[in-house]
Amino acid sequence: MAKERSEVKDIDRSLYDFRYEEKEEDFYKVREGLTPEIVREISREKHDPEWMLEFRLKSLDIYNELKIPEWGPDISGLNMDDIVTYVRSKTGMQAAWEDVPSDIKDTFEKLGIPEAERTSLAGVGAQYDSELVYHNVKEEVLAQGVIYTDMESALTGEYEGMVREHFMKLVPPTDHKFAALHGAVWSGGSFVYVPPGVKVEIPLQSYFRLNAAGAGQFEHTLIIVSEGADLHFIEGCSAPKYNVANLHAGCVELFVGKNARLRYSTIENWSKNMYNLNTKRAICEEGASMEWVSGSFGSHVSYLYPMTILKGNDSHCEFTGITFAGAGQNLDTGAKIVQLGERTSSFINTKSISKSGGESTFRSALTIREGARDSKASVSCASLMLDDISRSDTIPAMDIRTNEADVGHEAKIGRISDDAVFYLMSRGISEEDAKAMIVSGFADNVSKELPLEYAVEMNNLIQLEMKGAIG
Amino acid sequence: MALLEIKDLCVSVDDSQILKNITLSIGKGETHVLMGPNGAGKSTLGNALMGNPAYEITNGSIYFNGLDIRNETADKRAKAGMFMSFQNPLEVPGITLSSFIRNAIIQKTGEKIRFSEYRKELAADMKILNFDTPYKDRDLNVGFSGGEKKKAEILQLLMLKPRFAILDETDSGLDVDAVRTVSAGIREYQKNEEGALLIITHSTKILESLHVDYTHVLVRGEIVANGDGSLVEDINENGFDRFGA
Repeated sequence: MAKERSEVKDIDRSLYDFRYEEKEEDFYKVREGLTPEIVREISREKHDPEWMLEFRLKSLDIYNELKIPEWGPDISGLNMDDIVTYVRSKTGMQAAWEDVPSDIKDTFEKLGIPEAERTSLAGVGAQYDSELVYHNVKEEVLAQGVIYTDMESALTGEYEGMVREHFMKLVPPTDHKFAALHGAVWSGGSFVYVPPGVKVEIPLQSYFRLNAAGAGQFEHTLIIVSEGADLHFIEGCSAPKYNVANLHAGCVELFVGKNARLRYSTIENWSKNMYNLNTKRAICEEGASMEWVSGSFGSHVSYLYPMTILKGNDSHCEFTGITFAGAGQNLDTGAKIVQLGERTSSFINTKSISKSGGESTFRSALTIREGARDSKASVSCASLMLDDISRSDTIPAMDIRTNEADVGHEAKIGRISDDAVFYLMSRGISEEDAKAMIVSGFADNVSKELPLEYAVEMNNLIQLEMKGAIG
Repeated sequence: MALLEIKDLCVSVDDSQILKNITLSIGKGETHVLMGPNGAGKSTLGNALMGNPAYEITNGSIYFNGLDIRNETADKRAKAGMFMSFQNPLEVPGITLSSFIRNAIIQKTGEKIRFSEYRKELAADMKILNFDTPYKDRDLNVGFSGGEKKKAEILQLLMLKPRFAILDETDSGLDVDAVRTVSAGIREYQKNEEGALLIITHSTKILESLHVDYTHVLVRGEIVANGDGSLVEDINENGFDRFGA
């Protein structure tokens, strides 16, 4: 019998690739590239307070001084002179779904956003290109004193002080070149404040959709969870495919108060022309708990390492992630943890899958400082390669400065087992389904962490990625 | 024509020949036993029959139910009515034993099955195998003991109802009680008068309570003796020495 080779075709992205013919006059956009004039123009369009304009211009200076990172995947295909940093639909933000322009509404309806809002969410923000086009929060959540609004409203309204106190304090523009870029041209995103002791029972969600060709999306998410409060926040990202490079350089800053808990879940499925250079960071006070769930499926190149600072004693962090790199994708993902407080604990658990020449790199940095006595940390990463042309690397770094810490590390890199495929096939299951079953099983502990609808979406993405295996 | 017709079958693994000119014919409802010392090539025959791509058929033919299956993939053979109980069943996280079997039945028959009926049948078969019910909701073979894995294999045999099943060293590594339960499961399968079996084993323990129609002895990749059920007892007493092993 001839040896079989299987080939897994590229994903059918039609679910995400639809786009409407848009009339240019319906949109306002700045010119391509990056100059102080463009930054001033964005600031003026957004009615920034004076300090924000200064912040933007200072960030631009920092951007111009910093070098492009050279330690990760190649991003030379990204030319900032070609990127449009600000695109806005000429209609303002709507609070009623019916009022959202029909082409934008149809886009989100295809993605199932209003459906999800009706069934399982306490509030939704939907960003289309650079600005939120829809924002709605359920009455009962508002009654609890929870604030969930778009960043512009927060910045220009009564929460300006709170924004100013926190904005880019965790991720300063000096952090890296794309953080500086974000500081200069950011727009859109969400602001969430949960008052002390308030437990938000059902998740809040933001959905980011970048529709314009050659554009960048730079949304800023700022979440403050006060003492003893509890929140689950979900973000979803997608974009249709264009032949030009698109850029996502968002920034997420999370402040988790004493004994508070925040869970931050992401399903990212950017199209495969996207450079996803996103920065996410959380800081935990005493007894606080931060949980990340991160699914990375899309983009051409990703640099994504959500960072958690366990500042307070007895604070805790869990990071659960999955990355799926297919043809033409180079996804460099992982997590960073800094443990400062005593008796802090962190768990990193990731899975990565690569196929059809895709490259995935798991990169983690764990730091336990001198004062973090009796702390615990565990890093576990597993990779699955579906063929001989794909690549998977693991780069876990650890810097442990105290003898009184309990640290564990486990890394596994494997190929899909021919024996397991044969076993399933001997029960009448096709090769394609057998492989999909094994991959889904590999991803199972991540999907279990997601709310049901998102677990279903993730499984659908895996099934789509695995379709087209030829026996 | 018999249900399974194997003619002059030669099989290689990694370019080295393991099986030489195997000819064997198995009819409907017959139970055949394939015996032989370790390393004789018994499991190679099972894998080649089931369509494991790591086993290359270099010569000969396999007809199942009148169909030439030599170049068919394992899933097609399973759909045609073949089954193999694995010597080392693989662990598949993320899918429960129960939903896996249901999935396999649906894929094999192409028809939906009523969940209530399915559940009832599964419970009855698990009872025959003395298999604790909670196992149905555990991930397929994950963390199962050797005995539990073999019970799960026989459970699949009973639920999938193949026309022909290869049992590859189903008794290896099992204690006396487990062998007894697994035999009970095999007897249950034999009740279906159409169902044929090829039991691959190097010991005779599992055969004590089973009806056997034919016995074949495999030594160094060749069938060196054929007989009826009584050959099992002969080997039990005298071993494989007289076959040149």
